[in-house]
Amino acid sequence: MEHKKINLTLKVWRQQDANAKGKFADYKVSVSPDSSFLEMLDDINNDLEKKGMEPITFESDCREGICGTCGLVINGQPHGPIPRIATCQLHMRNFKEGDTIYVEPFRAKAFPIIKDLMVDRSAMDRIMEAGGFISVNTLSVPDGNSIPIPKEVASEAMDAASCIGCGACVAACKNASAMLFVSAKVSQFALLPQGQPERYIRVDEMVKAMDQYGFGNCSNTYACEAECPKGVSIKNIARMNRDYFMAKIK
Amino acid sequence: MGWVWKSLNSSIGKKFVMAVTGVALMLFLVIHLAGNMSLYGGKDAFNNYVGLLEHIKPFIRVIEVILGLVFAFHIFNGIRLWIQNKQARPLPYSVNGSRKNTTVFSRTAFITGSIVFIFLVIHLQSIWYVFNFSGVEEDLYTLTTDWMRVGWYAALYFVAILLLGFHLNHGFQSAFQTFGWNNSKYFPFIKKFGTFFALVITIGFGSIPVYFFLLGGK
Repeated sequence: MEHKKINLTLKVWRQQDANAKGKFADYKVSVSPDSSFLEMLDDINNDLEKKGMEPITFESDCREGICGTCGLVINGQPHGPIPRIATCQLHMRNFKEGDTIYVEPFRAKAFPIIKDLMVDRSAMDRIMEAGGFISVNTLSVPDGNSIPIPKEVASEAMDAASCIGCGACVAACKNASAMLFVSAKVSQFALLPQGQPERYIRVDEMVKAMDQYGFGNCSNTYACEAECPKGVSIKNIARMNRDYFMAKIK
Repeated sequence: MGWVWKSLNSSIGKKFVMAVTGVALMLFLVIHLAGNMSLYGGKDAFNNYVGLLEHIKPFIRVIEVILGLVFAFHIFNGIRLWIQNKQARPLPYSVNGSRKNTTVFSRTAFITGSIVFIFLVIHLQSIWYVFNFSGVEEDLYTLTTDWMRVGWYAALYFVAILLLGFHLNHGFQSAFQTFGWNNSKYFPFIKKFGTFFALVITIGFGSIPVYFFLLGGK
């Protein structure tokens, strides 16, 4: 079997720490089209370590698109050029021989750079702590038909809950707004009976936390929806706007 | 009432102010356009319409004050949002990928709004101020059509209206999204209607300098 490789030039953002000035470093690589993007970075890091050089810092965990840990901006697009996937699911077959690829970290004031391509996304955890939960113990999964919920509503809640909290929406938004993330977390509870008692206090607290961490405001450009690896809909943002208004006049 | 200001100062609150004032300004545009269409009826038709408004001047003055406030809130909030949004990403990306999946109308709302604002100031000074306060005893038809025959004014008017169309194309659907009125059943229609509305406003106002400057008017 033929093992064809493609030659690429990578321009990778290197930055020592949050306060250091970063810059692009060039890496010439010859990579199998079957390799994933992160495997390619692993290879580069192996080479760098062999040479006694500092490897590129980047985050990843499950490498199957469900944990939300990985996240790189590849040629200006969070998680790269292919829609509906996380960075770990991007394969090099999507690039052409001789391509130059820019690899940058998620850029937002609310996501300070820790090192190279790794950013601190704990602001999203703080937002979750502000209200992304149900205070009462709802016990284990309820019996199939004990809480009647129309299929459409259950599906909508599930779609909102499919948000993996990767932060690509923030990275994609021209204003670095976290509205899609927060609205998904608000919606997954707002749509179901278990979420009702705290529905309005939740949206109020989560929006307050979101504003506190320096995310931008929503301009309704909908870049977030296009870049979301899970395709979370901007209808969730509309729902959050609605709930926030209700929370304020209640 | 503290909670009202606090709520309107939140990220969603500021967007809500943009949407409410935006919708009010769109209503104003419809009325303004309807009035302007009487320009095509000639001098008497337009001046009769102006006379009608002169008849209810105290009412018009109240409306003007409200309109001024609405404009001020829309502009003030827009600038505040723009500054915050710029601050939210101190270092921009080296490669801008957002072009691929956003419209030029939504990305440029601040720029188009700013240019329309510059036009608004000139427009108010040259027509509204001169007619109401300068003591010049000229009828509004002559004043307006004279300006429309000035090359740079007609060109500025046309360009500003075109950009206003861009602004509205984004603003109309954006207001609905901000109010939370987004549903897969009717939102595609709202988007289309927003574009239709922007076209009506652009063609309606934009035809005036074309008619008087390029075609010579009456």
